[in-house]
Amino acid sequence: MSNNASSVVGPSGRTGPPAVNLARKSRPAESAIRVVLTSSAFVSVAVTVGIIAALIRPVLDFFGEVPFGDFFSTEGQFAVLPLVAGTLMVTVIALLVSVPLGLGAAMYLSEYASRRARKFLKPTVELLAGIPSVVYGFFALTFVTPTVLQDLLGVQVNFTNALSAGLVLGVMVIPTIASLSEDALSAVPHSLRQGSLAMGANRMQTTLRVVFPAALSGIAAAIVLGMSRAIGETMIVALAAGAQKNLSVDPREGMQTMTGFIAQTAGGENPVGSTSYNTLFAVGMLLFVITLLVNVVSIALVRRFRQVY
Amino acid sequence: MPANAAYANSRTPAGHVPDPLVDAHDGESRGLPDMPPDPVMEAFGLNVYYGDFHAVHDVNLSFGRHEITALIGPSGCGKSTVLRCLNRMNDLVTGARVEGEVTYHGQNMYARNVDPIAVRTHIGMVFQKPNPFPKSIYDNIAYGPKVTGMKVENMDDLVEGALRGAALWDEVKDKLKQSAYGLSGGQQQRLCIARTIATKPDVILMDEPCSALDPIATARVEDLMHELRSDYTIIIVTHNMQQAARVSDRTAFFTARADETTGNRTGLLVEFDRTSQMFSAPRDKRTEDYISGRFG
Repeated sequence: MSNNASSVVGPSGRTGPPAVNLARKSRPAESAIRVVLTSSAFVSVAVTVGIIAALIRPVLDFFGEVPFGDFFSTEGQFAVLPLVAGTLMVTVIALLVSVPLGLGAAMYLSEYASRRARKFLKPTVELLAGIPSVVYGFFALTFVTPTVLQDLLGVQVNFTNALSAGLVLGVMVIPTIASLSEDALSAVPHSLRQGSLAMGANRMQTTLRVVFPAALSGIAAAIVLGMSRAIGETMIVALAAGAQKNLSVDPREGMQTMTGFIAQTAGGENPVGSTSYNTLFAVGMLLFVITLLVNVVSIALVRRFRQVY
Repeated sequence: MPANAAYANSRTPAGHVPDPLVDAHDGESRGLPDMPPDPVMEAFGLNVYYGDFHAVHDVNLSFGRHEITALIGPSGCGKSTVLRCLNRMNDLVTGARVEGEVTYHGQNMYARNVDPIAVRTHIGMVFQKPNPFPKSIYDNIAYGPKVTGMKVENMDDLVEGALRGAALWDEVKDKLKQSAYGLSGGQQQRLCIARTIATKPDVILMDEPCSALDPIATARVEDLMHELRSDYTIIIVTHNMQQAARVSDRTAFFTARADETTGNRTGLLVEFDRTSQMFSAPRDKRTEDYISGRFG
């Protein structure tokens, strides 16, 4: 048998025409790009792990000095439950504003708006996401509370209150929910809409009964992301929701949230390593766990109810 | 306007007798009259424009009750456009404009006071690619009756009836609650037909319903069309001439004519006749060329 590369020995032993070169080649650029892309994917994982690692030490120190019961308590210097309640209150108000308005905007943009209207409106909605949250915070403090709530609507609210912060927070989250939901609705194949309309369904029925369920997983992801943003948002609540722990169900009162507390505690009055300083890591860890739970539970819910197309 | 207007643009020079191209069709044995005696739908001077583009030129057609009419022709000849005009699905295309009349039981469905949604409840449509909703098989069927507000005494019976009507019941009766996406392409298409007949339409439009199916699934859908003919009027667009010859009672042949200045291709109706007649003795040279496979 010949090993000559320029000819091929066929099964019958006959020498054929020169072989096609199928030899393995090294492609250095390909491997380099692969390394770069893989490492970019792992950066976010590394950062998440790093954050948890950085939190663990101060959190352990904190619970070394403060018993669990004092932390998960409604009263006292280290009580966290009023902060959790404040976060919950503000987030619920924000979602009550942003989910209906965001989904409404998404349905209008995806199913009703003319091409020209969409071309103009979608960037406008997304622009709302680019406004710095401190501007929203001032807007809540100096316009929504005194002018909208007190003067126009005649609601008796405190100078800082959960209602105003929640409303403005909701407005801030609208573009997140609207834009991502619109993407999910637009991604539903056109043939499904045509099928529905061809059966004599009107546009609202088509949107609510065919397009919306088909886009449900994307819409749920949009709402979860909006909720995570609302839970984690700091500037608006630090300015407009108040700096006092307040375990109350009255949104007209001021109440500090977990993020508001962290911003205040990190403000520099507490010496590094002191118990009160370490409190902010414990609260931060709790915030992290809550956000994670929200994400996991919603992913599980979506898996259960989505319609795959 | 008389129904015979359909022939106006399909007359050809006399004395042209081509060879028979396919076997005689059962339309012969059904003793069909030359023109549908009792048309359910008619098109008069139908012109369709997409913006400035003239897509379909002056089509006159009539569709007989309990007959299958095939619209055939090469790509871009406007046959699908004509079909979409018959239940106002072209309304959904931005820039589409329809001139002329389409009548349904003598009523112009493009009149100002006509509700396109009402039109579509009487004239259903099956699409080229099976498009079941991402719901269960049962919910796919129940959807139409629910949204159109049909009075349904027993939805289970209606679902079973529709699935039986589409020759799908035996294959799916044990998995009604499962997703329609678990079905094969042919089953999905029959589900779409079942979904359409569940709303009890009068006319069923089919836009190349078998082009995404394999030959066995195609044969099943064709058999189904023959069964459905006794209850419904069917209008089918097809690329496949053998299919038109197999299933239809009448055939309308369209072709495209390029505009001399812009090069835009406008579809027009060449010939409309009984299928047996058209496939054995087409009157127009262009029809003959097309069905004998010389172009298209």
